[in-house]
Amino acid sequence: MTAHIDYGLIEQVAADLYVRALKEMPPDVLDGLRRAREKESNPTARTILDTILKNIETSRDRKMILCQDTGLPVYLLNVGERFPFDGYRLKQALADGAKRATLSHPFRGSSTHPLTRENPQTSVGQGLPVIHWDFVPDADYLDILMVPKGSGSENMSGLRMFTPADGIAAVKKFVIDQVVQSGGNPCPPGIVGVGIGGTFDSVGVLAKKAICRPLGSRNADPQFAALEEELEKAINASGIGPMGLGGDTTTLGVHIEWSYTHITQNPVAVNYQCWAARRARARIWPDGRVEHGV
Amino acid sequence: MALHRLHTPLDEPTVRGLRAGDQVTIDGIIFGMRDKTQIEIFDHGKRPPVDLTGYPVLHTAPSLRRVGDVWEKVIIGTTTSTRMDRFAPRLFEQYGVRAIIGKAGLYQESLDAMGRLGACYLAIVGGAAALETTQVDAVEAVYWPHLHPEAIYQLRVSNFGPLIVAMDAHGRSLYEDVRNLAQDRLPDIYRQCGINT
Repeated sequence: MTAHIDYGLIEQVAADLYVRALKEMPPDVLDGLRRAREKESNPTARTILDTILKNIETSRDRKMILCQDTGLPVYLLNVGERFPFDGYRLKQALADGAKRATLSHPFRGSSTHPLTRENPQTSVGQGLPVIHWDFVPDADYLDILMVPKGSGSENMSGLRMFTPADGIAAVKKFVIDQVVQSGGNPCPPGIVGVGIGGTFDSVGVLAKKAICRPLGSRNADPQFAALEEELEKAINASGIGPMGLGGDTTTLGVHIEWSYTHITQNPVAVNYQCWAARRARARIWPDGRVEHGV
Repeated sequence: MALHRLHTPLDEPTVRGLRAGDQVTIDGIIFGMRDKTQIEIFDHGKRPPVDLTGYPVLHTAPSLRRVGDVWEKVIIGTTTSTRMDRFAPRLFEQYGVRAIIGKAGLYQESLDAMGRLGACYLAIVGGAAALETTQVDAVEAVYWPHLHPEAIYQLRVSNFGPLIVAMDAHGRSLYEDVRNLAQDRLPDIYRQCGINT
């Protein structure tokens, strides 16, 4: 039996990932924004995209946080089947890491009690950070993907329980309408994450996982890949544009994640991610080695 | 589309000279505030301890560090304005505010008030907080510090922007234009996706 992983190390990585995600733009998103700028024909939209690119440069050169909304911490875990760990202690280490990042950087904590609106300024609290667990075969490492989820875009997310009779057309219309009605609120152009299938609770998680995929990736299933392309084209034809002020680029990409559902239902969820589609990843090996990525 | 370099405080003719689609940068003083600040002013009837006449209001909750009597900036960004729409007409009417700087815009009643009183809405690029912070030279004063990060912040800015005149004093809103354009385009978009409405 291998000794357990060092939970102090997990806490440190959880803290580092939060700060790194807030400051370093993933290269795939940066490329997406640059491509959008090259193609954009609307002068106001071009100014906005230029300003976004300049902001990314400023943040990189001065080691500053990209956006003042440091979000709620979301950790997505892929645990190798031979990774030696205790789930409860791992969960505690992630919460301690998120809190430590907030207090020691320091940056604004946004976690808030839903009734009293009390804000402990720690980014955590009852039920936070959000942690999604998955498990991979034939591996002894732990992958942690950290996503600081800003609220301007999260507030524009939605979920509907459709029925089989509604058909795929209803799914498509819901996604398009959700984005069009959101206008400039979610800081477009960002990533539109769509979950299809599952249950009321799991479809939202699918949509969240969809926004965490690198931009430019396509669903492995050709049917869903085709739907991603179709929705992307439809949303960009709306003309909402960067910051809702008009233009050719409303989304950088539509990502779909799916699962089987019940014969009587077809749940759909849209999780919106702003242009500052921040994320950071680390792989931790049982011997304490850490590899950082995006 | 014209470019304007504005110096605050702003007077009515200057604001009436701005047209939707124009681009603006600002030098001088602007005041930061947001949800809780305006609930204090309008719902609890507390008068701001500083004269806002002619100044732009920025929708923000800045991260600041307090060093003795000085407030240092950490990161200053802009939040969604639609949440604070109901306060805007009274900011113009009762306190003489000439511009609101924010993201995602305001609604019809605020647009009407801009026309009546000579005010405007200037859209900043949401999320571009690193750049915005470099354009703030100083946090000159924090009024109602007990409300921090939702106090009233007197910020000295230079070359603050680019800002887009998104709602002007002539009844035009780019947000409304874009919404109407999208509504016009939707039937075609639905048809191409095989959606029957």
